[in-house]
Amino acid sequence: MKLGILYERIRKDEKALITEAESRGHEVILINDKEIFFKLEKNELNVDIVLERCISHSRAYYAMKILNEQGISTINSSKAADICGSKFLVTENLLKNKIPTPKTIITFTKDSALESIEKLGYPVILKPAIGTWGTLCAKINDREAAEGIIDHKEKLGSYHHSVYYIQEYINKPGRDIRVFVVGNKVVGAIYRNSKHWMTNKAGKFTIDKCEITDEIKKLALQAKDAVGADIVAIDMLEKDNKILVNEINYTVEFTNFYPALDKSIVTGIINLVEKRYEEVSS
Amino acid sequence: MVECPECGADVTVGEDAEVGEVIMCSDCGSELEVKSLEPVTLKLAPDEEEDWGQ
Amino acid sequence: MKIGVLCSRIRPEEKLLFQEIRCRGHELVQIDTRKCVFDLQENNFFDVDIILERSISHTHAVYITKILQNRNVPIINNYEVIQNCGDKVITSLLLDKYKVPTTKVRIAFTAKSALDAMDELGYPCVLKPGVGSWGRLISKVESRNAAETILEHKEVLGTYHHSIFYIQEYIDKPGRDIRAFVVGDKTICAIYRASKHWITNTARGGQATNCPVTPGIDKICRDAAKAVDGQIVAIDLFESNNGFIVNEINHTMEFRNSIHTTGVNIPAKMIDYLENVVKKGGLE
Repeated sequence: MKLGILYERIRKDEKALITEAESRGHEVILINDKEIFFKLEKNELNVDIVLERCISHSRAYYAMKILNEQGISTINSSKAADICGSKFLVTENLLKNKIPTPKTIITFTKDSALESIEKLGYPVILKPAIGTWGTLCAKINDREAAEGIIDHKEKLGSYHHSVYYIQEYINKPGRDIRVFVVGNKVVGAIYRNSKHWMTNKAGKFTIDKCEITDEIKKLALQAKDAVGADIVAIDMLEKDNKILVNEINYTVEFTNFYPALDKSIVTGIINLVEKRYEEVSS
Repeated sequence: MVECPECGADVTVGEDAEVGEVIMCSDCGSELEVKSLEPVTLKLAPDEEEDWGQ
Repeated sequence: MKIGVLCSRIRPEEKLLFQEIRCRGHELVQIDTRKCVFDLQENNFFDVDIILERSISHTHAVYITKILQNRNVPIINNYEVIQNCGDKVITSLLLDKYKVPTTKVRIAFTAKSALDAMDELGYPCVLKPGVGSWGRLISKVESRNAAETILEHKEVLGTYHHSIFYIQEYIDKPGRDIRAFVVGDKTICAIYRASKHWITNTARGGQATNCPVTPGIDKICRDAAKAVDGQIVAIDLFESNNGFIVNEINHTMEFRNSIHTTGVNIPAKMIDYLENVVKKGGLE
C-alpha cells in the first residue's frame, strides 16, 4: 500500500515506523505538515491511507479532517483527534461511558472559576481545556495562587484560555500509569515515577514496567472505544485502590519508554494500518 | 436615570431594557452593560473578544 | 413552553427574540453563559423544553452546547452546526464535499506553505482566521510582497490558531454581496449588502436593501444549510461569473438590519421553528 506518514519531525518513533513499513514492501510517502497545503475542492495526495505523526494537535486535526472528508482514511481519525486533543471532550466521553475519571468543572469567567475552585477545595488542578504535554497545567494550593494564575490567564491568554477546566487533585502514590493500546490490544503499560505532582514534566520521571491487570485492561479498552481511536496512550491515576482515567494521547510516543514498553508496538501499529487499508479498499 | 459608572453622568435606561443589554453613555461614550433591573445597575461592558460574532 | 436562550451580551437580536417569546406567552429562561458552571458529573442543568443558542462568544457556545446535548437537552443550533459554521475550514470542506458552489480554498500550517498556496491560487486572494466574525482580521492580499509580511505577522504575533492559514480566492463581486436567512428548510428572506469596501458586512458599514429570494438563491441556500446541518443559519453569497457561490455561513445570525428591509419578521419565524420542534417532540 501507499502509506502516507503525516509528520513534523522524523524522530526515533517515526524512523521505527518507516523502517517497519518499508521492510514489508510498502511505499512510504512522507508528508511534512510544515510544507504541504491542502486544496479543499479536491484531494491531490496520492496515498492509500495516512498514519498521523504530527507534533501540533491543531495541524493534526485539520489535516486529518480534510483528508477524512475527502475520502482518505487516517489513523487515528480526525474525530478521535478532535476528542483526544480536548481534555473537556475526553472527560465528557469518559463520563458518558461510565469510565471513572477525576471530578471536573467547566466554567468561563474568572469569577466563576475562583468560586468553583473554592468550592472544590485546595489543592486543585487547573488545566487548559485544549493542549498536551502538561503545558500550563497548574496545581493550585491556595486562594492567592488561584487569584494570581486566573488573573494571568485572563490578561495574557487568548480566548481559548477563557475556558477554565478545573479538576479535583488526586493524591496519587508518586506515580501515574500510561497504558498503550493498539487496536483491540493493550500492548504495554508503564509506571511513570516522579516526586513532582505532574509526572510527565519532561525529564523528571523514571519508568518501570506496569503489570496489565484485568482492571487496567478493561479500562484501557473502554477508554479507547469511548474516544473512537485506534492507537492511544492512556494516562491513569491510582486513587484509594481504584484507577481513574485522566487523559488520552493520540499521537503515541513509544521509543522513549523502551524497554519497559516492548518494541513490538511498532509491528502492532503497522499491522493495524494494513488491516484498516484492507477494510477500506474492499 | 442611572449614574454612569465611568463618568458619573446621568444615563437613561429604557423601560424595556434587558439584563445583559449594552447602552452607551452619551457623555463619555462608554459602552455600559445592564447588570440588574431592580434596581437598575450598570457596569462597563466587556471589550469585544476575538471569538465574538455571529 | 419553557424556552431557554443561551446568551451573554444582549444585542438587538436577542431583545427582539425575548419580546417574541414573551408575547406568545412562553416562559423565557435567560441563560447567561458567563454565569454557567458545569460539574461534568452532573446531568441536569436547565429545566426547559428547548434552548435557542444566541451566545456572542463562539467559545462559550461550543462548550455549552456540547455539555447540554450530551445530556439530551434540545438546542438550536446544536454543537455540530456551531462547529460546522463557526470554523471556516470545516464550512468550506463540507460545501465542497456536498458540491455546493463555493470559493476555492487552500489550508496551510506555516507562513512558508501558506505563501506557496497563495502563489498557486493567485493574487489578489483573501486571508481569514478559521474562527472569526464581523470581518475581523480579514485581509485582501494583493501581491506576494503583501503576503510575505501579513503571513509573518500572523505567524509571529498570533496564538496557535492563527497558524491555521485559511486562504480563499478573491471574488470580484458587483459592489455587493447577499445575506440570506434560512430557518428550517426555508429561505425566508435575503438582503443585498452594498459597500465600496471589499468587505461588505453591515458591521463594517455595508448598506442593506431587499434581495428577492429567487429559486436560484433559495436552492443554493438550502443546499448550503443542509451541508452544515444548519437549522437557523445565515448564508453569505457572492454573485460570481459562474452564478451564486457561498462565501460563509453564520450560526448565530444577526438580523437587526434585515427585518424592515425585507418586510419579514425574522424573530417570529425563528420562534415558530422552535415551537414546531418542541411540538414534534424534539430534534431528530
